[in-house]
Amino acid sequence: MAFYDKLFSALGLSEWCGTSDDKAPLSLADLAAQAGGEEASGPLMPIPSFDNLHESCNRIWQSRDVTNGIEEGFLAAKPVLKTVLDPITQPLSWMLDGALWLFEAMPWFIMVPLLVAISWYASRSRPVTIFVAVSIMLLALVDHYDVAMQTLSIIFVCTTISVLFGVPIGIAMSKSDRFQKSVVPLLDLLQTLPTFVYLIPLIFLFSVTESKLYGIAIILYAIVPVIRLTDLGIRLVDRDVIEAANAFGMNDRQKLVRVQLPLALPNIMAGINQTIMMSLAMVVIASLVSAPGLGVNVLRGIRNLELGVGIVAGIGIVLLAVILDRVSKAALTRVDKTQVKH
Amino acid sequence: MTQPMVRLSGLYKIFGARDKDVLHHVQDGMGKEELLAQHGHVLGLNNINIDMQAGEITVVMGLSGSGKSTLIRHLNRLIEPTAGEIIVQGEDVMQLSEDGLRHARQEKMSMVFQKFALLPHKTVLKNAGMPLSVRGEDETTCDREAAKWLERVGLSGFENHYPAQLSGGMQQRVGIARALTANTPIMLMDEAFSALDPLIRTDMQDLLLELQKELHKTIIFITHDLDEALKLADHLVILKDGFVVQQGEPQHILLNPNDPYIEDFVSDINRARVLRVRSIMTPLDGGKVPKDAHGEVDVNDTLESMIARSGGDTSHAYVVKDGEQTVGTLDMTELVRALVPRVASEAGARQS
Repeated sequence: MAFYDKLFSALGLSEWCGTSDDKAPLSLADLAAQAGGEEASGPLMPIPSFDNLHESCNRIWQSRDVTNGIEEGFLAAKPVLKTVLDPITQPLSWMLDGALWLFEAMPWFIMVPLLVAISWYASRSRPVTIFVAVSIMLLALVDHYDVAMQTLSIIFVCTTISVLFGVPIGIAMSKSDRFQKSVVPLLDLLQTLPTFVYLIPLIFLFSVTESKLYGIAIILYAIVPVIRLTDLGIRLVDRDVIEAANAFGMNDRQKLVRVQLPLALPNIMAGINQTIMMSLAMVVIASLVSAPGLGVNVLRGIRNLELGVGIVAGIGIVLLAVILDRVSKAALTRVDKTQVKH
Repeated sequence: MTQPMVRLSGLYKIFGARDKDVLHHVQDGMGKEELLAQHGHVLGLNNINIDMQAGEITVVMGLSGSGKSTLIRHLNRLIEPTAGEIIVQGEDVMQLSEDGLRHARQEKMSMVFQKFALLPHKTVLKNAGMPLSVRGEDETTCDREAAKWLERVGLSGFENHYPAQLSGGMQQRVGIARALTANTPIMLMDEAFSALDPLIRTDMQDLLLELQKELHKTIIFITHDLDEALKLADHLVILKDGFVVQQGEPQHILLNPNDPYIEDFVSDINRARVLRVRSIMTPLDGGKVPKDAHGEVDVNDTLESMIARSGGDTSHAYVVKDGEQTVGTLDMTELVRALVPRVASEAGARQS
């Protein structure tokens, strides 16, 4: 006799439930119970669970039906989702593949000076530039230059796309409180959902060999800070200055381009810095779904327990992270300095 | 009388979600405290009627919370009124479309702010040229006009500095240059000099009067400082709790305050320095010029200078001249009488 039998007969639902004598094992617990010959349910929680209810009434779901239901629902929606999402995201694959090809095809004697020049242009700081040059040399020294470039190409594409989408979304959020309220929970979700979890539906949707698979995973994870900080930055713009802009008859576009975006720039740059860091954090996980780069070596280290391979690749990622962080931070302080608050 | 440049009539502003619904309470005479206690709405402006004449400086004075900053923001509708009319150059600002309003803000009214509100990422030159570039003028025109007005306010040589590199007084000069570059007939100045230290403030007041002498703009100036108000005003409006306590010619208000609130204000200032001969002289009105006059004085001399001139002797009398014309006589006894503080203000307006 199961615990809730009386409840269902009291409600007159025994008929509807069907016979509960069906002794076919329905769950692992049932099987275990049959084998052990003991009562399956331990002490009951005050909240009825699907499995407990099911014991008394066949019509009620089991908990595993919930997970099954989600899966079946997703699989049912998959063809539609795929026909819509596939063409939309296809350019991402092209961009990732293109960038990868470009970064690999570019000979080092162009690529390395170019990277150093970009560092100098962005940071205008001699120590930072020297650090970048030395780090690249170190990577090359342990033959990790090529994989590092692969990783860099992925980060380059994903960060660019994050900024291209994140800044406008952030602007829209700063304009409308309602939009902000509806987007913030979504951003919280994207930031807290374990990163492996959004790989699963993506694997269902796209083929594992397509580069957009990891591209989407990285972008979804990394776009959050740039959205948040763009919104924050625009909301923090001095109200007096906005009032002056209004008083001199600026329209919304002029206000955005001439006042809000320039004054929010330090915050937006901080967001971009975070976005770069977060996309780098996703690189290892993305290598699970065929993203090339340093992550692959880390993964090899884990799979084959090749300690050295994993650690060298890991340090390579750290170096890359420090390079990207220092350059973008130096650029940020440079922007900050030119607009000292009065 | 010619049409005023700006006319505010029956202007009400109530802050709160249901401002239109509680308006009739205010119109029926409900005060600020009652409104807040009973309906949770804040009374900003209460039946404001002011005419601002072209070419004059209208000063709106009141303590903080009296609604003066709210009032000035109604003129260019940075704040929307609950009820009332705002007529600028014969045109109802309330009827303007969004584009029309923007146009009016660009072409008719420029504003100077207490906290300067310059763009920190732009140079002084670009800041001053901002109103023109907003209108879509080309860069050369903007820079030329901006440089012209920057020079006029004494800032030539600073064109390529950033606002943060300048002192407060210089930043506000940029603010004034920006308003002048807009070349609008009306200038709104919201406590423009309140954030500056006293000496610089005096400089800026002199600069404003000097500019006004040649430009003849219609200036609406907000301040909490009576000395500043009396120095600048052609027309003085005194605001308290959102309604106009008294308005008129400043000298007249000084001599005939109609409210303990104003008497209290007025008792603090140096009357001899503010009052002028014209306000207290005895008009000639066909009467005879006294033979024993000790000399001639100008109508616009201050009483302070008269005391210095008479050496403190109250028996003296003077003939008052307006240019070439003799317009009245001034008896030093009357002058001293005018300097006597009003009794009411001593009696206790302050304690109340």
